[in-house]
Amino acid sequence: MPVIAVKKYEFAPADSQDKFHGAQLLYIGWEDHLMFCAPFAFPFPPDMPFGALQQNVIPGAFGYHPDLAKIDWSTAQWFKSGKPFKPDPAKSLAENGLKHKDVIRFRTPGLTGIAGCCT
Amino acid sequence: MDGRSGKKLGLKERYSLMTRGLGWDTTYQPMDKVFPYDKFEGIKIHDWDKWEDPFRMTMDAYWKYQAEKERKLYAIVDAFAQNNGHLGVTDARYINTLKLFLTGISPLEYMAHRGFAHVGRQMRGVGPRVACLMQSLDEIRHSQTQIHSMSTYNKHYNGFHDFLHMIERVWYLSVPRSFFDDAYTSGPFEYMIAIGFSFEYVLTNLLFVPFISGAAYNGDMGAMTFGFSAQSDEARHMTLGLECIKFMLEQDPANLPIVQKWIDKWAWRGIRVLTLVGMMMDYMLPKRVMSWKEAWEIYFEQNGGALFNDLARYGIKAPKCIAQATIDKEHISHQAWATFYQYGAAADFHTWSPTPSELDWLSQKYPNTFDKYYRPRYEYWAEQHKQGKRFYNTTLPQLCQVCQIPMLFTEPTDPTKLCYRESDYKNNKYHMCSDGCKEIFDNEPEKYIQAWLPVHQIYQGNCFPEGTDPTKPGFEPLPAVLKYYHLENGRDNLDFEGSEDQKNFAAWRQLTTTNL
Repeated sequence: MPVIAVKKYEFAPADSQDKFHGAQLLYIGWEDHLMFCAPFAFPFPPDMPFGALQQNVIPGAFGYHPDLAKIDWSTAQWFKSGKPFKPDPAKSLAENGLKHKDVIRFRTPGLTGIAGCCT
Repeated sequence: MDGRSGKKLGLKERYSLMTRGLGWDTTYQPMDKVFPYDKFEGIKIHDWDKWEDPFRMTMDAYWKYQAEKERKLYAIVDAFAQNNGHLGVTDARYINTLKLFLTGISPLEYMAHRGFAHVGRQMRGVGPRVACLMQSLDEIRHSQTQIHSMSTYNKHYNGFHDFLHMIERVWYLSVPRSFFDDAYTSGPFEYMIAIGFSFEYVLTNLLFVPFISGAAYNGDMGAMTFGFSAQSDEARHMTLGLECIKFMLEQDPANLPIVQKWIDKWAWRGIRVLTLVGMMMDYMLPKRVMSWKEAWEIYFEQNGGALFNDLARYGIKAPKCIAQATIDKEHISHQAWATFYQYGAAADFHTWSPTPSELDWLSQKYPNTFDKYYRPRYEYWAEQHKQGKRFYNTTLPQLCQVCQIPMLFTEPTDPTKLCYRESDYKNNKYHMCSDGCKEIFDNEPEKYIQAWLPVHQIYQGNCFPEGTDPTKPGFEPLPAVLKYYHLENGRDNLDFEGSEDQKNFAAWRQLTTTNL
């Protein structure tokens, strides 16, 4: 719905992709691991291979959790905007259909956090 | 009229002359041009004189009352400062609640002052204009008295040094700030619902009672006194908020759906901001007043319920978001403190692990949720801290586009799943933390796409001190962002354990009780 205003009310979004110096934003959450209070936000080049997330990004961002070392990536499930998603690690983020400000999550079956309470 | 007749005016006569009698209709400019903002929102007012002012206060009486309150307040504030009253608080952790108040709330009081001055100017009815003028003055007084009362802490403790700079920059302060910016940029009637009704009437008890009782419980006479000094003003504000809503609803039946939409929106906006208060009550006060859940039940479910029953005769329904908020009362304080604990490197106050007896208190106050979902998390962190591995999350979180809180809230149906909501607007994606925030976004997307989200602003390179080159090899963003915030790393932030505040408080207190 339009904003009810005294005159024409139209503005450029504050976070369009052109403002991120060639990067696009990607949000990543780890299901059942609420020790990380919220999904993370990252700026990535769109041509970065998806597999770099697993190799270079996730170990740093989620490394504090003891479950990280136990992940069997062959069983990990991915979701994009909550729907099942099958990324190809060799292809880039863009080739995997990921656009600016997309949100993805991964689930690692069998791993449910500290004391099994999804922490 | 002869001003020197010596005859005293009756209250009613005096009120009428000193308020309604001061207004006039313009003749050489049309009223609609002089008051250009009080119609565009669609609220129809047929007779401004139907506005009832329950206090019948005039400006001369107002100055007299306020001056008396100021004299009392400043006598106590002076005594507190001269007597080193800060050393009498329960425990130096308490002082962090004041930092949160000074950085997060006092600037809002100032914005409320500006907002009511603006609204008072824009409403063509004299009754509400005078009431708004008084509230505008109250709000600047609150802002000032809070700053003065807390200035004594600035002489001794870290984190009080630059609250005005921080409110426009620091990540979590964008939460209260965006709330007020949202209200301030709406029309005058929406502002009255947002601040006058939702915030002042429905939610203010949840803000003031915990803070001020919290100050009293924890031996802070200074903060307690500014609270009491503001209390009679708050009573007037609540009445103004309620009068305003009744006035709108009585003037025209077409106003009802507009007002209802604003109530729904602003109840949820306010509830989200109060997450910070919940966290303060359950985690930051060494001596607790009551749990957040108990406060919510008394001040919202019981008092708010009675209010909405009263408004039902106008067709107003209790805000839709109550169902979600009722579920959330068992969770949000734990989720919020966990967030500040892990992002404690970027906060202007100290964070800490609850002590074992505090964990027991939480288990007892939250029998349905604490042991099951949160206690293991806090115990794990405390254990890691003991081993020298205090958790500091250094990756930036995703934020809600509307309330600007990190996306930390869980699904209403499952507290083990984070709540993700999104909307597409003009080829861009926007993320929200809840159905409430999503509905607000979807109603006015053009407003919220402009949000200054601190995390995105950092990634755009807008939150470093001038002259910073983020492309330099080895560039570390966090220290640069802290500099931009005017936060001194290792001094204003990090864990309370080992902080300068902790050491100083202990040393000074010892000086007051021993000879060594």
